[in-house]
This record gives sequence, C-alpha cells and structure tokens, in this order.
Amino acid sequence: MLEATMNLAPVAKMGAGIGAGLAAIGGGVGISGIGRGAMEAIARQPEAIGEIRSNMILAAALVEGVAFFAIVVCMLVLFMA
Amino acid sequence: MSLKVRRFLIFAAIVSTVVFTAFINEKSKNTSSSTTKSEAVASEGTQKEKFNPGEMIMEHVLDAHEWHITQFGNYPIVLPLPVILYDQGKFVCFMSSKFVSVDPVTNIYGYKAYQGYKIEDAEGANKGKIVKVLPNTETTDENAKLPFDFSITKTVFAMLMSLVIMCFVFISVARSYKKRPNQAPKGLQSLLEPIILFVRDDIAKPSIGEDRYARFMPFLLTIFFFILTNNILGVIPIFPGGANVTGNIAVTMTLAVFTFIITTFSTDKHYWRHLVDMPGVPIWLKLPVPLMPFVEIFGVFIKPVVLMIRLFANITGGHIIILGFVCLIFIFGNVNPWLTTVVGPFSFLFMIFVYMLELLVAFLQAYVFTLLSALYFGMAKVGSHH
Repeated sequence: MLEATMNLAPVAKMGAGIGAGLAAIGGGVGISGIGRGAMEAIARQPEAIGEIRSNMILAAALVEGVAFFAIVVCMLVLFMA
Repeated sequence: MSLKVRRFLIFAAIVSTVVFTAFINEKSKNTSSSTTKSEAVASEGTQKEKFNPGEMIMEHVLDAHEWHITQFGNYPIVLPLPVILYDQGKFVCFMSSKFVSVDPVTNIYGYKAYQGYKIEDAEGANKGKIVKVLPNTETTDENAKLPFDFSITKTVFAMLMSLVIMCFVFISVARSYKKRPNQAPKGLQSLLEPIILFVRDDIAKPSIGEDRYARFMPFLLTIFFFILTNNILGVIPIFPGGANVTGNIAVTMTLAVFTFIITTFSTDKHYWRHLVDMPGVPIWLKLPVPLMPFVEIFGVFIKPVVLMIRLFANITGGHIIILGFVCLIFIFGNVNPWLTTVVGPFSFLFMIFVYMLELLVAFLQAYVFTLLSALYFGMAKVGSHH
C-alpha cells in the first residue's frame, strides 16, 4: 500500500533511467531501418550512392531528433526533482 | 609483433603515463588542479574533496557569470565578465570578479555578496542566478523579486566572439569578390564558396523554388554559419572555445522563433485556409470533430519547437558524452590511481571517437536546421487549388 508520505523520487529517477534506455532502443531500431533501406538501394543502383548517402544522413538526423526528445524528458525528470 | 600492434602499445604506454602522472599530481595537491590532457576541473577552492562528475559536467554545460579557464595551483585562472542588472528602474553594472572573495587564512576562493546581490548557490529554483540579499548580510532575501539579468555571461561572450569571427570572415570574402571580379576564387573564398553554393543549390532552391529562393538566402546562410561556427567552437576544449552556445535552449529558441516569424510572414491566404480545410482529406476528419485541423494548428507551433529541441539536445548530449569519458578516468582514479593506466588509453580513444562524431554532428545539425527552415518557407506559399 502506498502511504501518502512515501518518497517517490528514487522511483522517478529509475523511471528516467529506463526511459533513456528505451529511447536508445527506439533510436537504434529507427536508424537501423534507414540504414537497411540505404544499403539495399545502393546494392540495386550503385551509381546513385551519393544521393542515397545524403538522404540517409538527413533521415537519420530527423529520427535521432525524436530519440532526443525522450532524452530531454528524462533529463527533466532527473534534474528537476 | 607487427608494426601496428607495437605502435598501439607505445601509444597506450605514453597515454597511460601522462594520465597517471597527471592524476597523481592532482591527488597530491590539496586543492584541485587541471590536468595536461583533459578539460576536467574539479570543484575549486576545496580541500581534498572527492571528484564529483555530475557537478563537473554541469559546470561545463551550463552558463556562468565568469569564464573559468584553468587552475594554476591554488589560483583559478578566470576571465571575469560584466554583470549588468536592471533592478526596479536602475541599472547596476560591475565585473563578476567582485563576487569572489579569498579567505586570507586558508587561501580558498569563495563567493560573497556585493552591492546587495549575490549568486545563489543553495539548491533550489534559483541556483546559479543572481538574487538580492538582505542588507549587510549574506542571506538571500526571500521576498524580493529577482533583478532582470542582462549580464554578459559566458554564452553571450562566446556568441559575441563567434559573431566577430563570422563578420571578419564573411566581410573579407565579400570584399575580395568585389576586388577580384570574374577571377578564380583564392584563399578564404575557395573555402566558403562551395559551402555557400551548397546552401543555395541543395537547400534553398529545391525547398523554396527557383523563383523565390533569393529572398530567403541571407537568413538561411546566416543561421547555417552561425550554428556551424558555434557548434565547432563549443567542442574546442580551451578558451576561446568551450562555451556551450548552441546547447543553450534560449539560443536555439531564438533561432526557432526567427524561423517561425519568417514562415508566418511569407504565407499567402491559401496557407491559412488549408490549415483548417485541407484538400484531399475526407470530410469526417474535419467535421464534427476537427481532428485534422487540430493536428495542423498544433503543428504550426510544434515545428519550430522541434527545431529548437533537436539542436539543443544534440549539442548538449554530445558535450555530456565527451565530458563523461573524461570523467571516467577520474572516477576510476578515485578508486585506485593505477587504474588510470588501464582506463586512460581506452577512455582517451573513445573520447576522440566521440569528438569526431561531434564534428559530424556540428555540420549535420546546421544542415538539418537550415534545411527544415527552408522547407517551412517553401511550404508557406501554397498557391491556389491545384
């Protein structure tokens, strides 16, 4: 039973840590999908490698942005009590 | 053993020795001192205090009223910056070195109040900000409002320096284009010309269109080079680099607000009609419950916010990772000084790898910010129904 006086701050910090890990997993899954698509495209058409590479980097930066939102929320939880 | 293995072992031995001796030097002196290789600075003015990695990282990532360069034995080498406050109608200006006091007995540096203000160091919402103190005491005046702080802090000073660098570079390049018309570019021109043409041909023209892109080119070039210069200066560990400008959410918020304002002012009336009545969407998504209009209007504000958070989180995260690898050496060293010989080379190599990654991120984030701004400008002019 949760009493009213129970201090949940350590639980919040644990949640922030787990959230950061999940953000890393999400970012990894997303960017690996982009990488797979880029590799297959390069294999099909090697002369388009320049275009494919720049588009891959752009998409990876956008997906990584989403992972960073989760990181920012976890940092807020950790450092703003 | 092969040449490569031998070279790596010699490199590891040299790095271990340097890191080890630096760590031993730091532990033998009673107060903190800087190491030769890293940017680590333990908390100043303390006696045999254990290394606190969280505090060190936060000190390097956050803003401050002075620029702490290094520590020479007992004396911190600090660049004091002006403190400019606006308190209920009058301006108060002084250098932040007035906040520092040296204990004559122990020779430890501490902070004191000056002219009724001090830098709050108690934990809480106001930590690090300038607060008013009760007269002739050091205790914070809890009821007084905080003064408006227009100080030249570390971030502002670094921004001014990068502006000076940018102005110098671009004005000299523009002048050399005027002085040498129709000739091949030479010197700084040949460095900047491909980048400027890249912004024009690969960012502005495809996103905004051939007919309209010229109006937006000054803004796009400015934010591209502003973000790039400040990102690169931020990863240089020694003065004048090392200030976390683009990792400051107020700076990125300002850039995102500029993008928002320019987007709003370059719209035509079809843009606003399409926010609530977008073509090609079934009617039941707009009435009776306006799902799509809600998403679109929310998106108008969310898109600049996302720009702001993406740049802030990327740059600050990169700085924290680099500092974390450096701190790792000191954390292990606190356990046992000999561990630094083992941790040193690997942490050093990882730190170099992350530095290269940060260089890539510096260019990439400037590119992504500029590209998305150009896309928003392009999407603002919708045109009549096609």
